Amino acid sequence: MAKILEKRLIRTPDVYYFKIDAPLISKKAQPGQFVIVRLHDQGERIPISLADINPYEGTISLIVMAVGKTTNEFVMMKEGDDILDLCGPLGKPTHIEKVSRVILVGGGFGVASLYPIARAFKASGSNVVTIMGARSHDLLVYEKEMADVSDKVIVTTDDGSKGIKGVVTAALKQEIDENGADLVLTVGPAIMMKFVSETTRPYGIHTVVSLNPIMVDGTGMCGGCRVPIGKDTKFACTDGPEFDGHLVDWNLLMSRQKTYQDEEKVSFMQWKKKHEHINIEGK
Amino acid sequence: MTEDNKAKKLTTKKTPIPEQDPAVRAKNFNEVTLGYNEEQAVAEAERCLQCKKPMCVEGCPVNVPIPAFIKAIAERDFRKAINTIKEANVLPAVCGRVCPQEIQCEQRCIVGKKNEPVGIGRLERFAADWERECGMECLLPQVAPSTGKKVAVVGAGPAGLTCAYDLAKIGHKVTVYEALHGAGGVLMYGIPEFRLPKSIVTQEVEVLKKMGVEIVTNAVIGKLITIDELMEEYDACFIGTGAGLPKFMGIDGENLNGVYSANEFLTRVNLMKAYTFPNSDTPIKVGSRVAVVGGGNVAMDAVRTALRLGAKEAIIIYRRSDEEMPARREEIHHAKEEGIRFELLTNPKRILGEDGWVTGIECVRMDLSEPDESGRRRPVEKSGSEFVIPVDIVIMSIGTGPNPLVPESTEGLATNKWGYIVADEETGRTSKEGVYAGGDIVTGSATVILAMGAGRKAAQSIQEYLLTKK
Ligand SMILES: Cc1cc2nc3c(=O)[nH]c(=O)nc-3n(C[C@H](O)[C@H](O)[C@H](O)COP(=O)(O)OP(=O)(O)OC[C@H]3O[C@@H](n4cnc5c(N)ncnc54)[C@H](O)[C@@H]3O)c2cc1C
Ligand SMILES: Cc1cc2nc3c(=O)[nH]c(=O)nc-3n(C[C@H](O)[C@H](O)[C@H](O)COP(=O)(O)OP(=O)(O)OC[C@H]3O[C@@H](n4cnc5c(N)ncnc54)[C@H](O)[C@@H]3O)c2cc1C
Ligand code: SF4
Ligand code: FES
Repeated sequence: MAKILEKRLIRTPDVYYFKIDAPLISKKAQPGQFVIVRLHDQGERIPISLADINPYEGTISLIVMAVGKTTNEFVMMKEGDDILDLCGPLGKPTHIEKVSRVILVGGGFGVASLYPIARAFKASGSNVVTIMGARSHDLLVYEKEMADVSDKVIVTTDDGSKGIKGVVTAALKQEIDENGADLVLTVGPAIMMKFVSETTRPYGIHTVVSLNPIMVDGTGMCGGCRVPIGKDTKFACTDGPEFDGHLVDWNLLMSRQKTYQDEEKVSFMQWKKKHEHINIEGK
Repeated sequence: MTEDNKAKKLTTKKTPIPEQDPAVRAKNFNEVTLGYNEEQAVAEAERCLQCKKPMCVEGCPVNVPIPAFIKAIAERDFRKAINTIKEANVLPAVCGRVCPQEIQCEQRCIVGKKNEPVGIGRLERFAADWERECGMECLLPQVAPSTGKKVAVVGAGPAGLTCAYDLAKIGHKVTVYEALHGAGGVLMYGIPEFRLPKSIVTQEVEVLKKMGVEIVTNAVIGKLITIDELMEEYDACFIGTGAGLPKFMGIDGENLNGVYSANEFLTRVNLMKAYTFPNSDTPIKVGSRVAVVGGGNVAMDAVRTALRLGAKEAIIIYRRSDEEMPARREEIHHAKEEGIRFELLTNPKRILGEDGWVTGIECVRMDLSEPDESGRRRPVEKSGSEFVIPVDIVIMSIGTGPNPLVPESTEGLATNKWGYIVADEETGRTSKEGVYAGGDIVTGSATVILAMGAGRKAAQSIQEYLLTKK
């Protein structure tokens, strides 16, 4: 059991910040790692990245976007509530070392998981550039936080409502052309990470991606999270979640993410129906 | 006297055990075998010859005093029967159900020379169930006063639970660290409800808790806490992390949607209760035609689970013949009764797919070679015999390896070339002082009873270590 100490809406209507009491995990957790959460006895196990780690307070922070049943249940939890099962830290930490210039690319709410990574690179003495993109300005998260731990922040929006109009890859290309980079690291939707990797490939810049396949145990026991990396098949939960973006078989990853599309719909519809019912009764 | 002999002659076969009808049970997850009632158990116990030099005991990896407990059943002293078993085996309700008796005790049983052997497993199960029915008080052993010593156990499978039980009983403070959200190891996430009801496992875990053992779930050792850190806090440590890393064949199409490892398939169904989806949140792809590759217990569990989830056809693909299948005979027999199709002497070559989803599995027929030096007959491909079985789900059940999380994070813990922890067979001692190991993480995938035996031996040597250490 782990208590929710703080909850904040960070993007209307569906993205929330949670600070959770987790003294043991906070002592061991490193940027780039994740936890697995199970909310109740019938619940599934879902992976969530660490958005912040505070060993002095004994807390970790998670940013959750409500997309289906479990994440919707999650964002309905309140301060003071207990999370039934919290397991972590899982996965290998980001390899942090001093480089002269690292570009971090975040899409949507994925930017939040870049925060501890940016901070660690900054602390290592690297020059940190953050490129963050969203469809529109109101979908951007963590802008101020990222500014605190980056030497430069570039914002892009598809509709031009803020920053540069266009997608992150265009800004990335321009930044590389103008100032170069030793390392690119990206977290976000698979399709975005794929195009970031394609953008850096011609430059031969090492590009680290944080993969998010469907997981069950997170300990290497089920193999459900396997992804082809070059000639090998790797388990994202124990070998990753970070891999060389130039070696990932993106189409397979994205296809496997859709395995339970139909079931997810059934589950979510049933949940919604139950909720409407409760709301009506509540009136 | 002659009357007696006559009676013995009449019962050439084991007293039949009630089972669910195959057609019915193929559609539910309730236990297949229902167990003896008192009359049936006594009748079966009377088939035992009470040998002076009982061969059955030699066949038992933990040397349960078999004739003694059977005698007690024949005399209707069930309390004595179960106490006798428990001298050697702390999980009789589990072992009575899942031990491969036909290659252990029952294989050696003298009655089995001419007739069917005594149903030792069924009797063990009977005695254990009799005790379980009388509730928690009966199950709780006497616990010695506290010694003030603390031991950490890593992994809550049969090896870890047995080690914890034995150490707690002699008064040590034991904490079990388990990676998953529930204790039991393979008994909980692997072996299905229809073969081993989960209530048995949770009851055994409750017993441990009542004995004062603390069970910390969601604790992945190597990630959350290292073995070295445990050794700073505890006087000794036992590692029983099992062999949970699934293997794949490395053939084309293995990463298509619809290909599972048996571990994932069974974990979704057993631990995560996907068979009640959407009432439980974890989904599973049911499949109308399911192929399971492998011939062990895990494969039988997967294929019979697929059938129960509603597959129209569930098929075993195994590269050797019936005889070589490593699964318990009873499971193979049950699977056949339930209508599982067996494609033996058959090996997959690749998995076919369309739009990212499995559509079939291409196989080749095999021949068994003449026995080689080791006496094993190797399967060899019959060239030109390739054929396709149309399926929408493929489950790989070709074995598991050691999980590297603990060895990787523990300096100075010796492993062999496959990554299993090196530990003394008799004592469980590893290359690190105070650190012991046993079960599948040492031997590779084996059996529940061997894992238990290893946990027990390690508990004994940990006790000796704690007594001699300053
Ligand atoms: C390493 C990793 C880190 C992640 N970090 C975050 C995070 O910081 N914040 C956050 O909001 N989400 C994160 N996710 C994704 C999150 O786990 C899924 O959104 C969640 O499982 C969806 O569950 P659901 O029931 O709400 O939605 P569903 O209806 O089950 O699914 C909606 C979508 O989520 C994906 N998904 C479903 N189940 C899983 C699963 N078990 N594992 C991964 N993806 C799944 C599906 O592909 C689907 O597209 C992360 C995933 C991984 C693998
Ligand atoms: C489907 C299936 C069917 C089987 N059927 C039979 C049968 O009929 N008869 C029989 O005798 N045997 C059977 N077996 C084999 C038997 O179950 C195993 O040999 C036995 O469970 C091994 O016990 P163990 O304690 O060594 O490991 P496990 O049972 O594997 O338990 C290990 C535990 O350690 C935990 N763990 C792993 N890593 C860590 C970590 N880093 N930190 C904390 N915890 C960790 C795991 O989550 C798990 O709970 C079967 C196995 C399977 C998979
Ligand atoms: S070998 Fe068979 S007959 Fe002899 S004691 Fe054992 S169970 Fe009884
Ligand atoms: S999530 Fe099960 S092996 Fe990675």
